[in-house]
Amino acid sequence: MELPAALADWFAAQGWALHPHQLAMLERAGDASTLLIAPTGGGKTLAGFLPSLAELADGKHKGLHTLYISPLKALTADIRRNLRRPVEGVGLPIRIEDRTGDTTYTQRRRQRADPPHILLTTPESLALLLSYEDAPRIFAGLSRVIVDEIHALAESKRGDQLMLQLARLETLAPGLRRVGLSATVEDPPALAAFLGAGTQVMQADPGPDPDISMLITQQPPPWAGNGAHYAIPAILDQVKLHKTTLIFHNTRAQAEIFFHRLWLLNTEDLPIGIHHGSLSREQRDRVEQAMVDGRLRAIVCTGSLDLGIDWGDVDLVIQVGAPKNVKRLVQRIGRANHRYNAPSKALLVPANRFEVVECQAALQAVKAHQLDGDPRGPGPLDVLCQHILATACAAPFDAGALYGEVITAGPYAGLTRAEFDSCLDFVATGGYALRAYDKWQRLMIRDGKWSLRDPRTAAVIRQNLGTIIDTETLKVRLKGRMGGTPLGEVEEAFASTLTPGDTFLIGGQVVRYDGLREMTVEVTRQPGRDPKVAVFSGTKFATSTQLSERILQIFQQGDWPDLPSHTAQWLSLQREVSQLPQPGRLLVETFGYEARQHLVLYGFAGRNAQQTLGLLLTKRMEDQGLHPLGFVATDYATMIWGLTEVLDPAALLDRASLRADLEGWLGGNAVMKRTFRNVAIIAGLIERSHQGRRKSGRQATFSSDILYDTLRKYDAGHLMLAITKDAAMRGLVDFGRLEAMLQRIGDRLDHVRLERPSPLAAPLFLEMGKVPVDGKGRERLAEDAAAQLMRDAGLT
Amino acid sequence: MYRFSLSSADLHALPSGALHWPAEQLLVVSDLHFGKSERLARRGGALLPPFETRDTLQRLDDDLEATGARGVICLGDSFDDLRAAEAMDPADQLWLTRLMAGRDWVWIEGNHDAGPFALGGSHRAELQIGPLAFRHIATTQTPEISGHYHPKLRLAGQARRCFLLDQARVILPAYGSYTGGLWSHDPTLTALMQPQALAVAIGKTALPLPMPR
Repeated sequence: MELPAALADWFAAQGWALHPHQLAMLERAGDASTLLIAPTGGGKTLAGFLPSLAELADGKHKGLHTLYISPLKALTADIRRNLRRPVEGVGLPIRIEDRTGDTTYTQRRRQRADPPHILLTTPESLALLLSYEDAPRIFAGLSRVIVDEIHALAESKRGDQLMLQLARLETLAPGLRRVGLSATVEDPPALAAFLGAGTQVMQADPGPDPDISMLITQQPPPWAGNGAHYAIPAILDQVKLHKTTLIFHNTRAQAEIFFHRLWLLNTEDLPIGIHHGSLSREQRDRVEQAMVDGRLRAIVCTGSLDLGIDWGDVDLVIQVGAPKNVKRLVQRIGRANHRYNAPSKALLVPANRFEVVECQAALQAVKAHQLDGDPRGPGPLDVLCQHILATACAAPFDAGALYGEVITAGPYAGLTRAEFDSCLDFVATGGYALRAYDKWQRLMIRDGKWSLRDPRTAAVIRQNLGTIIDTETLKVRLKGRMGGTPLGEVEEAFASTLTPGDTFLIGGQVVRYDGLREMTVEVTRQPGRDPKVAVFSGTKFATSTQLSERILQIFQQGDWPDLPSHTAQWLSLQREVSQLPQPGRLLVETFGYEARQHLVLYGFAGRNAQQTLGLLLTKRMEDQGLHPLGFVATDYATMIWGLTEVLDPAALLDRASLRADLEGWLGGNAVMKRTFRNVAIIAGLIERSHQGRRKSGRQATFSSDILYDTLRKYDAGHLMLAITKDAAMRGLVDFGRLEAMLQRIGDRLDHVRLERPSPLAAPLFLEMGKVPVDGKGRERLAEDAAAQLMRDAGLT
Repeated sequence: MYRFSLSSADLHALPSGALHWPAEQLLVVSDLHFGKSERLARRGGALLPPFETRDTLQRLDDDLEATGARGVICLGDSFDDLRAAEAMDPADQLWLTRLMAGRDWVWIEGNHDAGPFALGGSHRAELQIGPLAFRHIATTQTPEISGHYHPKLRLAGQARRCFLLDQARVILPAYGSYTGGLWSHDPTLTALMQPQALAVAIGKTALPLPMPR
C-alpha cells in the first residue's frame, strides 16, 4: 500500500521521515493480523493508523472503517488530537471520534446512527456497543482493528473480554484485519497467539539501551521497610539536576508517605506534585495540566502513570523500592525521554538492604533484555459467562455457532464444548443442582436460538458489563459549604476504622476525619500532625520468578564487587554463620530468639506463595502440637515463630499433605471470598453496586459472602466455585508457584540450626504485616472490641 | 445469647437473630423473606443460589429445638411476596408445616406480604401479649417488638446484623438468609432509638455494645 501523495507531502513539510517499521506496516497493510513491537516514542500508534489513513484518503469508504482500542480513556482523547493534525492538515475526508464512558448521551446516540470512519474506544465501551441490537449494522463495514498497549490489556481479564469481542466483530465483519501495538513484550509468540491465530510479529529497531543505574547514597539503606526515606536528600539532588523527574512507587500508601516526607525536606520549594489512582479526577487533571505546562519539576506517582499520554519533558525516571517485575520497570523507564533513538535515563532506589540485591538483579535483567511475566492461563470462564449474556442482549444466538466463534479467540482456543455448555447453562438457568428456575430462566430457547426471556432485562445487563471491579470506596471531601473540595477516595473498610479526630494522608496533606455524611468522608486540613496512614488498595505485587532466580544466582558469586560494600559484607556474614540460599535447594534456619522458637524458609516464591506457605504450615504445626504463634511472609522468605522447636522441617513440607490441607483451608478463607465477589460480579451473579443506589439507605444488595457460604453448603460443585478456586490458585493464593518451588527443591533441604537469628533472617523481624495464629481469631477480636466499647460507655 | 428485660419481661437475644421469651415459651423472628431468590429471578434479575429458604428453615428448626418454644411469632415480611409463598418448593413447604405442627404460630403482616393464608397459623396486623406489642414496623405505641429495618453494624472491621434495644422497644435483625441491612447509624434508626440504646451484634455469639450512631 502506498502513502497518498498529499499525506507524504504533508509529512515532508513537517520535516518528518517515516521510520522503517511505519513503512513496513503500510507494505503489509493487507495481512490478516500483525503484532508490532516498537519502543516508546517510536511512533507505533501512527504506524498502526497509516494504512487506515491511506485507505480512507479517497473518501469512498462509507461508515466505520477502523476501530482503535486502548486501555486508557485519556489515551483515546490524546490519539484523536494527534491523528486530527495530519488529517486536517491535508484536508482528508476522514471523521475521527472517540467514545468512552465520558462521551455524552447525544454524541453516543449519534455515533450509533452514523458511525465515524475511525472510532477510538476502550474494551468496556466496545462491550456496550456490541450488546446493542444494531451492532451488525454499526460494524458491517469495519475493516481494521488496532489494539494499543496490548500487553497491558493481556495482563487482565479485560484482554480476555476484548479477544471475545474481536471474535464477535470477525463474525459481523468477515475479513477484518487486526493490529496489536506494544513496546514491552516478554514473549512475542504468546502475545501473537493471544491476538489471534496466524498473527505475524513485526519487531522494530528497539533503539538504544536505557541509561540505568542504582542510586548510591551516603547513608546505607535500612534493614527493612519500604519507604526509602533515607534517600530523599539524594533524590531531591537528582530532581534539581534534571528538568522533569517521575518518581515511581509500588503502592499508593507508599507514594503518599514519601510525598509527605519529601516536602518536609524540600527546603527550596521545588514544584513537586503527586498523582495516583485514589486522588480525585479534578486533582489528577490539575497535576497533569501543570505537567504539560512544564510547571512541575517532579511527580511522585504510582502505576497510574505507567501508561499514557506523552506529556512534559521527562528526562529522568526514579523507581523507589524494588521493581518486583522487569517488564513493569522497562515500561516505567520508557516514560523518560520520549524521543526515538535517545536513551531513557533511570535510577533505582532500593528501600532496604535486601532490595539492593533485587535492584542489582533487575539491572542485569534490563541489560540482558530479558523481560518477565507469568504465562497467561486459559481464558477465564466468568468473562465468557458475561460475554454470552451480552451476546444475548444484541440478538438471539445459536449455541453451536457461538461456541465456534468463541474458540477463535486466542485465550479460548482450548475451550471444550462441555465448558462452554456449563457457562451457557449457568447464564440460562443458574446452573444449580436444584433446578429451581425452570420457569424463570434468564435465557430461553425459542426457534432453536437462545434469547433473553425478558428483553427488558437487557438494560440491567448492560449496566454490569466490563471486567474492572472497583473496591467499595468513599469520596473524601474538605468540610465546607456546597459539599466542599473533593480530595479523593478511600476504601470503605479503611473509612470504617476511623473515629472523629483521626488523621490520615491523602493527596500529600494531613487531614482530620470529622465524620461521615451521605457516604462521603468529611475532613478538615490538619497540617503538621503525624498522620495515621491511609491504607489504599494498591496491590502488593510479588517479585517475579525471573528476578528471584537472578537473586539466587547473585548469592552464588564468590564476592560481590558490583554491590555496595554494606550489602556485600552482609552477604559474606550470612555465608559465614549460616548459608546463602541456593537454586534448586531450600534453606531452612531454626533458632531461638526472645523466648520464641523461630523457623525461616527461604523459598523465593514471591509474597503471595510465601504467605500461603505460612498459613498452611502454621495450620499443620497447630495440628502437631508445635504451638505456632504467628508468621510473616516476604517475597523471599516465610518466618514462623512459636513455643516449640521444629526439629524435622522436612516432615512439615510433605507436598501431598500440603495439598490436602489446602483444600480444607481454602474454603472458608477471606482470599477466596474476595475472589468470589469479583468472579460473581463479572459472571452476572451479582450486580455492581452503583454509587447512586447505595445512597438509598437500605441496600438492595447484600454481602456476596452469604452467597459464597450458601453455595459451599448446598452446591459445592457449582461453576462459580470452580472458577473462584481456579482464579485464587493463580492469583492471591498463588499455590501454583508454591508447588513449583516444592517440586524444584524435592528433598534437597538444608536445615541449619543456629544460636541466634542469621543476618538474612534479622530483617524479617522488622517486616510489617505479621499474621497472628489465633485459635479463636476474629470472634475474640470482636468480643474484646465490644467489651471495650461497653466499658467506655460505663455499661459493664 | 444476651439477656435483657423490657417492661419486666425477661428476654433473650439469640446469636441466630431470634428473640426468645422463656416465660411465654415463645420464639420471635422477623423478616424471613422466604422465596427471595425466586422473586428476583421472576423479575428477570440474577439467578441466585436457590437455597436460602431451606437455609433459613434449618436455622429456625435448630432454634425451636434448642429453646423448646411452644409458640412462634413471625414479625412480617415472612415471604418476599405472596407469589413467592405460592411458589414455595413442596419439600420446603412440608418442612415448614412440620415446624408449625403443634405450635401456636402467628404471622404478622409485613409490607412485602399480607400473610401466607394457605399455610395455616393465625394472621394478625399486630398482637399484644402481656405488656408487649408485636408488629412489623416500629410505632410510638411502646413497649413493642418489631422488625422491618434489618439493622446491621460494623464491629472489628466486620459487618454484622444486630438487635437494637432500649427502654421502649426492640428491633429485630432480619432472620432470612438473603437479606441486606440498614446501618444502625442511619438517621431513621438513630431517631427511633433512645440515646442509651444498645445493639446486640449476632453471628457466632451475641455481643452487646452501645448502638453505633
